[in-house]
Amino acid sequence: MAKVVGIMTTSHVPLIGKAIHLGLQQDPYWKPFFDGFPPIREWLEKVKPDVVLACYNDHGLNFFLDKQPTFAIGTAATYTSEDEGWGIPTMPEFPGAEDLSWHVRDSLVRDDFDMVTCQEMSVDHAFTIPMALLWPDQKWPVKVVPVCVNTVIFPLPSARRCYKLGEAIGRAIANFPEDTKILVIGTGGLSHQLEGERAGFINKEFDLQFMDSMVTDPQWATQFSDLDLVEQTGNEGVELLNWLVARGTIPGPVRVVHSNLHIPISNTAAATMLLEPV
Amino acid sequence: MIPRPPKRTIPGAPIFDSEAARRGYLLNKMCYSFNSKANRDDFLRDERSYCEKFGLDQSQTTAILERDVLSLIRVGGGVYFLGKLASGVLGLDMQDIGALQTGMTKEEFKAKLVASGK
Repeated sequence: MAKVVGIMTTSHVPLIGKAIHLGLQQDPYWKPFFDGFPPIREWLEKVKPDVVLACYNDHGLNFFLDKQPTFAIGTAATYTSEDEGWGIPTMPEFPGAEDLSWHVRDSLVRDDFDMVTCQEMSVDHAFTIPMALLWPDQKWPVKVVPVCVNTVIFPLPSARRCYKLGEAIGRAIANFPEDTKILVIGTGGLSHQLEGERAGFINKEFDLQFMDSMVTDPQWATQFSDLDLVEQTGNEGVELLNWLVARGTIPGPVRVVHSNLHIPISNTAAATMLLEPV
Repeated sequence: MIPRPPKRTIPGAPIFDSEAARRGYLLNKMCYSFNSKANRDDFLRDERSYCEKFGLDQSQTTAILERDVLSLIRVGGGVYFLGKLASGVLGLDMQDIGALQTGMTKEEFKAKLVASGK
């Protein structure tokens, strides 16, 4: 049977992609962020997941406002990294976990989640950067399932709905008949705001509370509306919705394998967590 | 447009909602075109006619030509799309954009970010 072996959550600031390309991992500005990853890579060596199911938000690469789904899932054989206008170098294509994708997609629709199904899909920095942080040589040893959440146009799917989507993904995985070890990742956040007179807003206290809740009270953040989240975490801090989808996939308790919060990377409170089911 | 009830506002945090998406569709469509290098080059060759090609109105075109970030947001720009213009076309980083919107120098803006982590 398939099983979620861990949840890895991390920020996906575009500038990280440029730092990787320029080899700045040991640079004093970057080191406190990149140092969060060797313990996670040791865990990957030990656990060796077969598939990454990645919960992220597209920023105008695969989707534009002409067709902007609230939730979408990839069912493609491969996913491409492309020029997204942010100056981030592209990465090798990602092999899709087709059987699992279709299984999860069918299961979610039967479970009342109206997913947009993507048989062709490109993936932007919110997907590619976390993958490159996990496997810096970019020779992907896993197949992938992209799950995309709208954080572009408000109203956003509610935090409660995102958590429930995660629960439904967890149920789908539990019913997948092949022995498959799945690492679920949730990308984006934590607090940051790029636009407006309050640009540069960071809320460390909220971030720490949210990270703690991922372990001790995973539905804590579902009390907040999308605008509550903007107020507390900044306009782009709302990307923590992807963390909630990811956290929902493990129904029981988790333990922290590794956790890191560093402020700032670019305008962002850069946070990373690796959680394991207990 | 039908009249709508008053919206909740968060000071200094403009929300990209249905009203902004309607107002800014062509502006955002132009920024979306910057996923292609050929389009980025076309824009830089003649910014005004590139704006015309996408049907931007006068206030949107002026905000583009003047690099007026707060105005670009007021006329419907979504930050994920404006980011392509700022970063990919103009070579600005997010601290440049932050400084432009808050009236700080870039160094002041960066110091504010660092202070948030203390």
